Amino acid sequence: MPERPLSPHLSVYKLKYTLATSILNRLAGLILSLGFFLFAYWLVALAAGARAYAQARELLSLGLFKLVYAVLIAAFVYHLAAGVRHLIWDTGRGLDRLSAQRSAWIVAVVSVLVSLILIYGLLRSGAYAR
Amino acid sequence: MSLRAPLAGVLGRGSAKAGVHHWWLQRLTSVALVPLAIGFVVSLLVLPALDYATLIGWMRQGGTALGLVLFVLVAARHSHLGVRVVIDDYVHSAGLRTLAVVISDFSHLIAAAAAVYAVLKVALGGRL
Repeated sequence: MPERPLSPHLSVYKLKYTLATSILNRLAGLILSLGFFLFAYWLVALAAGARAYAQARELLSLGLFKLVYAVLIAAFVYHLAAGVRHLIWDTGRGLDRLSAQRSAWIVAVVSVLVSLILIYGLLRSGAYAR
Repeated sequence: MSLRAPLAGVLGRGSAKAGVHHWWLQRLTSVALVPLAIGFVVSLLVLPALDYATLIGWMRQGGTALGLVLFVLVAARHSHLGVRVVIDDYVHSAGLRTLAVVISDFSHLIAAAAAVYAVLKVALGGRL
């Protein structure tokens, strides 16, 4: 394949909120893709019967997985909020600089708050921990 | 008359004229995922526990299996499309890129099929 211009050239940009919100959305999406495979494994374990599920649950309730779930929750909430922002942009609204700055703040605040609430609930409830 | 040299077409330069379909499916699946994903998370949150019996009972309730199948299929497609864009953007070597795309294609299809099969098996009472 001949040399062709490639994008994105991450290294030539100054870190700005536009870049940060965009790359975080990608990263969150990738994390959720991995989460999808974990979700499929969980469903398959459920369908394999009580004993198989008990074994899967043993694995899925290791301490390390608390961190995994916390990251998945944060990625989920952020990707959802940022995704809705993108869908609003797709209608042609909110594309000016001021609106974009404001919506970036809304996405940041909403996703931090909702993530913290959900992660707090996850770590507190025995149902998820055991 | 086209001004493009035929060789350029053979070498795969320029638009494949399929980008809009990809873009549109990504939006369509994201719109569908807003209620599906929120519904999934909320219905897990309102369950009293996440033990085997509770989850099986929940999956056999009317509507749960349909919701789960829709969620699995749409999420798989959305993830598949998204991963493809990431591979296209960051994996520059043609061989590695093809390999990554094929691995992503197969693993998404396998995971989606396995998940749908699992949901149906539970919903139909293990008769599958």
